[in-house]
Amino acid sequence: MSGTSLVSARERAIAVLGGEPDDATLRRYLHGIAGVDAVGLEQRAAGLGTRSIKTSSKKWALDRIIELIDLTTLEGADTPGKVRSLVAKAVNPDPSDASTPRVAAVCVYGDMVPFAVDALGAAHGDPDDGLISVAAVATAFPSGRASLDIKLADTAEAVAAGADEIDMVIDRGAFLAGRYGLVFDQIAAVKAACARPDGTSASLKVILETGELVTYDNVRRASWLSILAGGDFIKTSTGKVAPAATLPVTLLMLEVVRDWHLATGQRIGVKPAGGIRSSKDAIKYLVTVAETVGEDWLQPHLFRFGASSLLNDVLLQRQKIATGHYSGADYVTID
Amino acid sequence: MSFLDYAPAPESRAILSLRDSYGLFIDGEFVDGRGEPFQTISPATEERIAMIANANPADVDAAVAAARRAYDRTWSKMSGRDRGKYLFRIARLVQERARELAVAESLDNGKPIKESRDVDVPLVAAWFFYYAGWADKLDHAGLGANPRSLGVAAQVIPWNFPLLMLAWKIAPALAAGNTVVLKPAETTPLTALIFAEILQQAELPAGVVNIITGAGDTGAALVSHEGVDKVAFTGSTGVGRAIAKQVAGTDKKVTLELGGKAANIVFDDAPIDQAVEGIVNGIFFNQGHVCCAGSRLLVQENIHDEVVERLKLRLSTLRLGDPLDKNTDIGAINSKEQLERIRTLSDIGEAEGAERWTAPCEIPENGFWFAPTIFTGVQTSSRIARDEIFGPVLSVLTFRTPAEAIAKANNTPYGLSAGIWTDKGSRILAVADQLRAGVIWANTFNRFDPASPFGGYKESGYGREGGRHGLGAYLAPAPIGQSSTSHAAISGRASTAAVEADASAPAKRSRTAKPARTLKNATKGSKR
Amino acid sequence: MSRLAVPKTYKLYIGGAFPRSESGRTYEVLAADGSFLANAALASRKDARDAVVAARAAVSGWSGATAYNRGQVLYRIAELLEGRRAQFVAEIEEAEGVTRAVASAQVGEAIDRWVWYAGWADKFAQVAGNANPVAGPYFNISVPEPTGVVAIVVPQDSSLLGFVSAVAPALVAGNAVVAVASERFPLSAISLAEVLATSDVPKGVVNVLTGSPAEIAPWLASHADVNALDLVGAGALDWISLEVDAADTLKRVLRPESGPDAAAPALGRIAAFTETKTVWHTKSLR
Repeated sequence: MSGTSLVSARERAIAVLGGEPDDATLRRYLHGIAGVDAVGLEQRAAGLGTRSIKTSSKKWALDRIIELIDLTTLEGADTPGKVRSLVAKAVNPDPSDASTPRVAAVCVYGDMVPFAVDALGAAHGDPDDGLISVAAVATAFPSGRASLDIKLADTAEAVAAGADEIDMVIDRGAFLAGRYGLVFDQIAAVKAACARPDGTSASLKVILETGELVTYDNVRRASWLSILAGGDFIKTSTGKVAPAATLPVTLLMLEVVRDWHLATGQRIGVKPAGGIRSSKDAIKYLVTVAETVGEDWLQPHLFRFGASSLLNDVLLQRQKIATGHYSGADYVTID
Repeated sequence: MSFLDYAPAPESRAILSLRDSYGLFIDGEFVDGRGEPFQTISPATEERIAMIANANPADVDAAVAAARRAYDRTWSKMSGRDRGKYLFRIARLVQERARELAVAESLDNGKPIKESRDVDVPLVAAWFFYYAGWADKLDHAGLGANPRSLGVAAQVIPWNFPLLMLAWKIAPALAAGNTVVLKPAETTPLTALIFAEILQQAELPAGVVNIITGAGDTGAALVSHEGVDKVAFTGSTGVGRAIAKQVAGTDKKVTLELGGKAANIVFDDAPIDQAVEGIVNGIFFNQGHVCCAGSRLLVQENIHDEVVERLKLRLSTLRLGDPLDKNTDIGAINSKEQLERIRTLSDIGEAEGAERWTAPCEIPENGFWFAPTIFTGVQTSSRIARDEIFGPVLSVLTFRTPAEAIAKANNTPYGLSAGIWTDKGSRILAVADQLRAGVIWANTFNRFDPASPFGGYKESGYGREGGRHGLGAYLAPAPIGQSSTSHAAISGRASTAAVEADASAPAKRSRTAKPARTLKNATKGSKR
Repeated sequence: MSRLAVPKTYKLYIGGAFPRSESGRTYEVLAADGSFLANAALASRKDARDAVVAARAAVSGWSGATAYNRGQVLYRIAELLEGRRAQFVAEIEEAEGVTRAVASAQVGEAIDRWVWYAGWADKFAQVAGNANPVAGPYFNISVPEPTGVVAIVVPQDSSLLGFVSAVAPALVAGNAVVAVASERFPLSAISLAEVLATSDVPKGVVNVLTGSPAEIAPWLASHADVNALDLVGAGALDWISLEVDAADTLKRVLRPESGPDAAAPALGRIAAFTETKTVWHTKSLR
């Protein structure tokens, strides 16, 4: 998969904004977007969470959740061996059931990309084709506190090493200080750094770190900003800050994506990441996607779960459906 | 199959153990009614649920007599603390049997189980908990020290929130020390009768609460009964008006919770997605069978098209069908008669030139159903902008300025509720000040709480239910000389049929003797 | 050498003006000894209609004034009344045939009631309203608001005190009033209207009709633009019919009272003409 072209993204931003994407213009635009009533948003999310999924729908949902997972390891203690183990799990999540689908991607630190690519071998490719992508976090993940040059180098190196997707973090400090132009420029620059020599480009996921943006109005503005600057995906969190993904935040980002699609015809992806550990929770996200932007969005290039332990819970639920009785933690593998 | 076609997830009916027929609950026992029994059906399937006894005037007499005995001998003599304990017991029993009550409510009423389960029944328990705590604190109800109960309360409730309206009526009445004869609506008696079983489990003294079933004539007999000291009615303005006439000249204190035609005002700076949710919740909650429903959408002209478009998108995801299915958003219309009324008024809307849009959804073969419907291009003079439809039908009108929004919102004989959606705090408060309605929801809609007074201005009725004000509706100030703060009481010594004041102090008031009806016209046109 | 007095013409008080009855009718007001006092206007249904129109027009301004301001305006009435004590005492002595001391007591009490109710203007909402601790993320508050136009049949057995006792409480919360004066003792009501006209009470806030309550009250009871009906002084009328008429538009109704305690000062008289409005708003830090 490849992202949108850089030039068109900037031109489109100028067209949408009616001017250069500087602090003042962006501020005028982003602050002109309708506000969010937190209570109403959270109630709507809670309402979606009460949908009840049964039998055949549930089976379909569980498989789809697996197909949408970015199986993730982002630890200081990560090693090539740990990554190979993760990849093995991504390729063959449930050794006892060959019908189990593969995950969408493995998500690792930049320096682990070569090991992931190597371990995937022929399984490496576009998840829309049933293959597995390599996603790399970049831009001084998770804090983003580094110079732009380092962020760009971080990105370019991961792409050169074979990363298909870049999960960047925005400069939350700059965003909270109202320096929207700076955030825009950095996203655009990282997007440029995603380009490959052959003219294609790695897909760019822009992590808002909603736990640090705190308010829903900020989340909505950061979502618009990230899309305007050329992000292919907007992603909630690094997983290193609490709260990470929540259903209301994800609903809100889906609403932005819906509105952007209505306005431009372009489909942007959404990735809730961190804190989604149970199948039950993940199904609530599927319902939220389906009822907000439509079922079309439940594809790897438009929706992902950033998760690690979620996969095993889904596998347990699949086993329950297959066998009719509850499974146990020792019947799924630990990576 | 589409993921959104969730497999049916019906709530099990196995939790219910219904009887084939139900009697009247009088003096702590189920007894046969002397009228012709009638059946209660599920509006979703038109299948019979049970046979229900029909109270005739003699049964009404018996119920009122039982309530009077219980008042004189037991309830009025019991300490507030003990009355409170009974109410706490009832609250707990409602919680224990919550799922059963929710299933029964959805079965009998047609409302989605997610509403009866998540809204109606939890609020019922909350209402009893709230008023339980008041029972021994009546000195703080705002009527001065030692307020007194009124006696026997006649309560007639509607079919839209059968059990919740029962709780709104019974909880404050009992907390204040009154006894009760309650008549549920003809089409939705089921949960009231299960509630009677709960009262037996709570060992509430016999006769403190009596539940009699029947149609309008039973209600009329109850309201006009001479042994009744207080009348509380929730229902149509037409019936409310008739009751107000019936009690004119009597000592009965009255609370009326009547119709509405609420404006839901959306300004162009509103939090738009939440506003759309609020509009949906405002008019499609409980199939629009809500007296405070936001049935008139007043949207600022410059965002009209956007709001309507978003609304249609949202409505297209609503799921209409089996009320017992946990995924159902829109249940059945409660009765054939109501369905006819909704159809008639909608046809009038179309004939008057408004543009009709109906959400795409499959209508089940049996039962009473009406798909969510929006009318755009509605004029303030249209019938669908003036008459209470009491169904899932939204009329969309526009405005340009806050003043115009307020004027249009207030341009109705009703005054029950209203909604305001805007990000601007000062505007919310100023608009709320000027709306002539008893409940204003700002950036939300259709919220209810036992601590929050509810009730209307103008032809939406008088008196309040909920909160301290709702308690006052079942009390009178202490007789003069028995309260240390004679005119500190909010309800003072003014007598009123209308407000939470001393309108029904039987024979304890300094008032001219009631003139006989024969005096009519005797003084007309007379000059000294 | 005695001076020939200039008698006053007593007219109606509608919308801040003193018109004659549109019907051109008057009736003789007699002193307690049967002697002629004045020809008072015999108000017609059209006068009642005009008074309701004037009252309705005054509601938004009066209810929109700050409570502090309303309190000051009501207190100002007491001040002006105090200054014209002698006039009212004399009027009452003559009309009611009571001693100067009794008349003086009545005027004094009337003044004191204005003071008492004036003080409530900016406190009533605090006593009758409250914050409601609802189970959810909401700010929720209940406040009393004026019901609108209040029609009052004032107590019939006094000149001034009954009128003040019935009218003052209705004004506290911001209602506008159409008052039907005592049929037998109407003159002090009109004299009070002259005080009101020269005080700070906006025109239309109080409207005074003299004449036959039995003739006028039914038109007020059935008038759709009247929000509340105070029958405190209607005990001798067919007040049940009036209450029945009022039910057509679900007016708030206060029933008749009699005796010396009629319309005694009470918070309930203020509350009777208010509506509790409850406002919800979401609250969140996010």
